[in-house]
Amino acid sequence: MTRAALSALLSHWRGNPLQLVMLLAGLALATALWSGVQALNAEARSAYSTAEGLLSEGGAARLEHPSGQIDQAEFARLRRAGWQVSPVIEGRAALGTGRVTVLGIDPLSAEASVGAALAASDLEGFFNGLGFAHPQTLAEIGPTDQPLRATPAVPVGTVLVDLATAETLLGTGGHITRLNLSLAQPDGLQPLETLVPDLRLIAPEDGVELSGLTDSFHLNLTAFGLLAFAVGLFIVHSAVGLAFEQRRAMFRTLRALGLPLRSLTACLAGEMVLFALISGTVGLGIGYLLASALLPNVALTLRGLYGAPVPGSLQFDPLWALAGLGMTLAGTALAGAQALWRLWHMPILAPAQPRAWAHASGRTMRLQAGVALALACLAAVLALTGTGLVAGFTLLAATLLAAALAVPLVLAAVLAGAARISRTPVAQWFWADSRQNLPRLSLALMALMLALSANIGVGTMVASFRATFIDWLDLRLVAEVNVLPRSPSEAEALHAFLTPRADAILPMQRIDATLGGQPGQIYAMKDHSTFRDNWPLIDPVANVWDRLAAGEGVLVNEQLYRRAGLAPGTSMLELPNIGPLPVLGAYPDYGNPLAQAVVSLDRFAAAYPETPIRQFAIRTEDTPGLMAALQDDFGLPSVQITDQAQAKELSLTIFERTFLITRALNVLTLSVAALALFAALVTLSGMRLAQLAPLWALGLTTRHLAALELGRALALGLMTMVLALPVGLLLAQVLLSVINVQAFGWRLPMQVFPADWARLGLWASLAVLAAAAIPALRLWRRGAAQLLQVFAHER
Amino acid sequence: MTALTLQEICKSFDTAEGKVAVLKSVSLRLEMGQSLALTGESGSGKSTLLHIAAGLEHPDSGRVMVGADDMTAMGDSGRARLRRGQVGLIFQQFNLIPSLNVAANLGFQARLAGVHDAAFVTELAARLGLDALMRRYPEQLSGGQQQRVAIGRCLAARPALVLADEPTGNLDEATGDQVLDLMLRLTAEAGAALLLVTHSERLAARCDTRAHLRAGQIAAAQ
Ligand SMILES: Nc1ncnc2c1ncn2[C@@H]1O[C@H](COP(=O)(O)OP(=O)(O)O)[C@@H](O)[C@H]1O
Ligand SMILES: [Mg+2]
Repeated sequence: MTRAALSALLSHWRGNPLQLVMLLAGLALATALWSGVQALNAEARSAYSTAEGLLSEGGAARLEHPSGQIDQAEFARLRRAGWQVSPVIEGRAALGTGRVTVLGIDPLSAEASVGAALAASDLEGFFNGLGFAHPQTLAEIGPTDQPLRATPAVPVGTVLVDLATAETLLGTGGHITRLNLSLAQPDGLQPLETLVPDLRLIAPEDGVELSGLTDSFHLNLTAFGLLAFAVGLFIVHSAVGLAFEQRRAMFRTLRALGLPLRSLTACLAGEMVLFALISGTVGLGIGYLLASALLPNVALTLRGLYGAPVPGSLQFDPLWALAGLGMTLAGTALAGAQALWRLWHMPILAPAQPRAWAHASGRTMRLQAGVALALACLAAVLALTGTGLVAGFTLLAATLLAAALAVPLVLAAVLAGAARISRTPVAQWFWADSRQNLPRLSLALMALMLALSANIGVGTMVASFRATFIDWLDLRLVAEVNVLPRSPSEAEALHAFLTPRADAILPMQRIDATLGGQPGQIYAMKDHSTFRDNWPLIDPVANVWDRLAAGEGVLVNEQLYRRAGLAPGTSMLELPNIGPLPVLGAYPDYGNPLAQAVVSLDRFAAAYPETPIRQFAIRTEDTPGLMAALQDDFGLPSVQITDQAQAKELSLTIFERTFLITRALNVLTLSVAALALFAALVTLSGMRLAQLAPLWALGLTTRHLAALELGRALALGLMTMVLALPVGLLLAQVLLSVINVQAFGWRLPMQVFPADWARLGLWASLAVLAAAAIPALRLWRRGAAQLLQVFAHER
Repeated sequence: MTALTLQEICKSFDTAEGKVAVLKSVSLRLEMGQSLALTGESGSGKSTLLHIAAGLEHPDSGRVMVGADDMTAMGDSGRARLRRGQVGLIFQQFNLIPSLNVAANLGFQARLAGVHDAAFVTELAARLGLDALMRRYPEQLSGGQQQRVAIGRCLAARPALVLADEPTGNLDEATGDQVLDLMLRLTAEAGAALLLVTHSERLAARCDTRAHLRAGQIAAAQ
């Protein structure tokens, strides 16, 4: 019985192949976008943690010499004094056909890190020269004399070897790059300052600058994936609902034949699970392909922009596949729950006719309006009072959902108004009829609305991010040339050498300090037009630059300004060795997790004498000339010199790749929405014949009717677009000034790009027209015969 | 003056059992102000003939003249224009536009044809007993009310030719008689020609002339 019932139920899809395709495609696409984005994120994240596990060596502090080289003797002195330190040799070397970062460690003294664990897997081999590298690195450098073992645990571009091997590969002649300090040290040790005065202690926080910006990037991707998934579920919901309505008669017959309600429900649930598994698998495949296609771009972005090592090829993770399938199943359950619930409550002799949509829609509309209003209120309350990331995301979800639910209501009102003011009978019918059919299109239009507002929102955010990033680059890279001295004596010599040759020399000095209770850094700033003219300040006091130069206060970065709630002009900031200083203003400092304060050069020199100069930013009109002089006359190695313009250009090119990814995801989300609209229009076109037949009989040609159908889809699409615009901007606002601030402590100024909206409007129109084209064409070409059938009642 | 001329109309359909000839050279004439009842068994081709007369379907051969216009020589849009201006169609069901209310439905064809006369529509509505229903939508009307709206809409456009395909087939006998009464009276007053398809002898008897379709041909015309 159950089997017969199941085959009867499934036979519905044989008669409605398009509906089946739509259902499967909707699910598959939703799964693909979601799981694709997940795969990208997971891959990038695991790459970071690989890098961190291997390179930051368990978050330990480390000792470095300003020259970058530590003498063996100092290492020996520390060991003798009882300090638990582990030597590391690091450098770039040619290997095979490429260049790699060689990382030499001592597995016996190293803290438990990924590197140590790897070495321990074959300690004897490791000491005899065996190295470890990522499979991609191996492929890039080709065969070498150096024995290497492939492992994904090492970041791309790095070769992990024993100290001795590293020395040979790099030719460092017994020098150590740095010494990692173990977290646990014995009591009563001689202080480092007296034992090794030349070595600098570097706090572990210095190394984590990567995560600030990359987190923001991944958050975007995740938000996008989730939205795409939601849009896909809209399709599934409408397809399942429609199939349910169309099979009402069959349900009734099956039940009249004695099939228990429970079996029928089980059959339908089984059918949905089957579809979810099929399309989920297909979706995972597409998602994997999608992620593989996008990963090289993501990898380049992250590698180039933030220096994060991400491999360019994707690994297959069965856990990811399972999670993706789970998500599909959960989504299908969510989308199909309503249909199953209605089936459960359907009386056995329910009318076989699909229920009158118009009647039911009145109640649905009121309910919808209520829910939309409640969600809008929730969003308003959260916007005013909410704090924290969860509140931010809830605000985001509530806003989007309220807006989506409001779409049919607003459209209905607009269409009713248009019908009232239109003069010709055809126009009047056009609007009235659009309104009448709105309930059947509303799900698709809601999906379109979500896709469009996500497009606008994320697009605005990314574009704002980009504009800000360019400003930030300009800010950071104003100087034409950057020079890194290797020692205090070299710094002095460089300063003397540069003074007659450069327009300005801006030394960079900083110390680590606790600021407003947070880990941070204090910088020295020379009073110069470079800063005066270029640094945008948040909330500055009057004559801020003069007062800063006179040592009358500090500037703080935006993170510190927001987290410590500092008010320029009234708040004081306590600085070590200086005491409290008035806060003069804040400056944006995107992506930096640390607090920062800036004081004048004199203040800094007085409070923190002997602080080494880390770099010189040099202003000059003649970049190539100065760079040549530094290398040839001063004898500074080229790695110590950066041409800032080149660095900026590189950063920008790489940053543009981020847009490629956003754009690809934008196009995909929009396609999913177009597909939803197509599904709705195709099913609607079948039911609309009886509505169109009288008009045709009254003397409208099928061509005219088809054109009107196209026009209707376009009009609805454009109205949805207009509605999506404010919602998208609101979304961007929430992302930029709520989510970003909550997650990362800095706010991105929002910038609007109307040209982007025009382009999106064009794309949306094309998508809508594409979705409406086939049903309209069918009406035009084969309409007459089908319309005649409506009147041929006896057949 | 002749309102409708059908000359040697032939029509066959492709079916699973091969080509089936439904109309085998059917000729008919209908004068202005005259009413003609077309009878015949179910499946005899009455609807097909009416569809051809309305330009909704193409004959395989033969000629259809509405007034002085040769419909068979026209394209799709020409026939649509002729339908708008000259022909009123009433079917058994699906006559009304579901998204428009009674008032809008009543005026629709007249406005489409550019001959809308508000006073005339109001008068028609009153005579058809529709004045209280003007703001209702088709789904809120009974079958008889719906057919009365269809008649009103058709006559409001002052067509020269009214084609009705079993307009009372879905109604009970009393309501059907009432509706038919109204239709006959009002078309006669308007001076339009009426082709009424029915399989009821009783209703056919109320028309000026009769034609019977059998085996694809007019069997007897009086
Ligand atoms: N589009 C069509 N395709 C195939 N057969 C058709 C079509 N239209 C009508 N017929 C056939 O033509 C015959 C006449 O139909 P119809 O004109 O509707 O008869 P009536 O209205 O007199 O009952 C019927 O046998 C019908 O099956
Ligand atoms: Mg018939």
